[in-house]
Amino acid sequence: MMDRGTVIATEDLSKHFGDFIAVNKISFEVRRGEIFGFLGANGAGKTTAMKMLTGLLQPSSGKAMVAGYDVFTQSEDVKRNIGYMSQRFSLYEDLTVKENVRFYAGIYGLSWTERRRKSAELIDRLGLLEVKRDRVAELPLGWKQKLAFSVALIHDPAIVFLDEPTGGVDPVTRRQFWDLIYEAAERGVTVFVTTHYMDEAEYCERISIMVDGKIEALDTPAALKRQYNAKNMDEVFLKLARGK
Amino acid sequence: MVTVESVSKSFRKVEALRSVSFEVPKGQLFGLIGPDGAGKTTLFRILTTLLYPDQGKATVLGLDTVKDYRAIRNRVGYMPGKFSLYQDLTVEENIEFFATIFGTTIRRNYSLIRDIYVLLEPFRTRKAGKLSGGMKQKLALCCALIHKPEVLFLDEPTTGVDPVSRKEFWENLQKLRHQGITVIVSTPYMDEASMCDRVGLIQGGELFGIDTPEGIRATFKHPLWRVAGGSMYPMLKALRLYEHTLSVHAFGDSVHLATKHQGITAIDIAAYLSTQGLPGLEVGPQAAGIEDVFMGFSTTQHDG
Repeated sequence: MMDRGTVIATEDLSKHFGDFIAVNKISFEVRRGEIFGFLGANGAGKTTAMKMLTGLLQPSSGKAMVAGYDVFTQSEDVKRNIGYMSQRFSLYEDLTVKENVRFYAGIYGLSWTERRRKSAELIDRLGLLEVKRDRVAELPLGWKQKLAFSVALIHDPAIVFLDEPTGGVDPVTRRQFWDLIYEAAERGVTVFVTTHYMDEAEYCERISIMVDGKIEALDTPAALKRQYNAKNMDEVFLKLARGK
Repeated sequence: MVTVESVSKSFRKVEALRSVSFEVPKGQLFGLIGPDGAGKTTLFRILTTLLYPDQGKATVLGLDTVKDYRAIRNRVGYMPGKFSLYQDLTVEENIEFFATIFGTTIRRNYSLIRDIYVLLEPFRTRKAGKLSGGMKQKLALCCALIHKPEVLFLDEPTTGVDPVSRKEFWENLQKLRHQGITVIVSTPYMDEASMCDRVGLIQGGELFGIDTPEGIRATFKHPLWRVAGGSMYPMLKALRLYEHTLSVHAFGDSVHLATKHQGITAIDIAAYLSTQGLPGLEVGPQAAGIEDVFMGFSTTQHDG
């Protein structure tokens, strides 16, 4: 089901809550190093699907392999081998930059020497040396985002899940964040990202759009625009999500 | 209708608002556009009489927000950014509660909320806490409207809401404005600016542009180009190194490039990109949007 170039593969993956089908037989694959946009209206099933893929929620049926592990039987291995960053709560505001980095390194089970080396390297690479003893709450938003993204990658996961990483963020910082995504993808990290900004959907290599628990469309932005005869992703999204 | 004169507000060391001034005439749909932390919520809380300004003065319906707070509260509607209804009450109970508080009934002002209420009706007996995000937002709007306010304040009603629901929400706001209600709405989405009569751009507690959307777009003074047809990251990287570049920003499937001087042509830009291993890209003039103006301002601020 999964060759070496594939980091996520699902087949008829489903989740039922009583009579309600939140995720209805979704099948898709994501390649290594790909920037994959996971879109859908509120309530379409995105969050439920993401929880299953990150090992936080047991699926009802189907198959899913993430980073080489089965989400049904190896959810702890899945968690250890992925990175995750949400819009909020990613960093501890009352801890310093350095403490946050060490904390995440510890959570992901890096050895003591690795932890020291990685922390120093990360702080240096992000240019945060001068503020490493400052509380995260005092950092500008752009720096916080950089830091949150970097700690999500501190254990060198094959794939990083980003759940609306740019919501409410100013336009310049939002674009700086996408630079980080591009850099990570260039290093071979797979990026799985959700967003409500349709211009950001265009920055993904491929996009899936969920409607009522199903993946209604999956392709490159260019192909989707052709298929739906739309001039931008906003129009594609409106056509698909309105059609229910 | 609403006036704000040199209003400043600080929370300890943080200057949330720095001498903000603007006016909104009756019946206008005014958008306050800016990211998280810009000062939007602080401004809303001052206008809805929930906070005192440190300096300056604000009036709503000709009433002072400090002295006449009681009178203002009866005549404005406020939908806070954070969902603030009673989660344990049903949809209907919430609306009835707000109607009663303001001494009215659902029936009396039904015409105002009808369009939104019909969408909520199937969930009438559901507890507010069990509603989806889109439905919560509709309920909150209903509750803010039930006493037929003359001014409606909506703090980030569309944050975290998908594009389809956002569009529907704005259609509702347009209808309310046609019914004569003055609407002041804040949003971090730059594309929503075009739905407003007038907008104010806000960042770091400063309001730096107040005009019609067209007026704001016209303030962009540098030559602006659209570059498309290649992969985003290589295009961005190459254009950042171009000697004539003032700024480079990704915009969906294309790049917006502002150049420092007049006199650079599309052919020059395309030729430069060819030398960087990116031949055959489309280059053409681009009209500036609100987001270009916003970034033009905030980049100057970052550098200054």
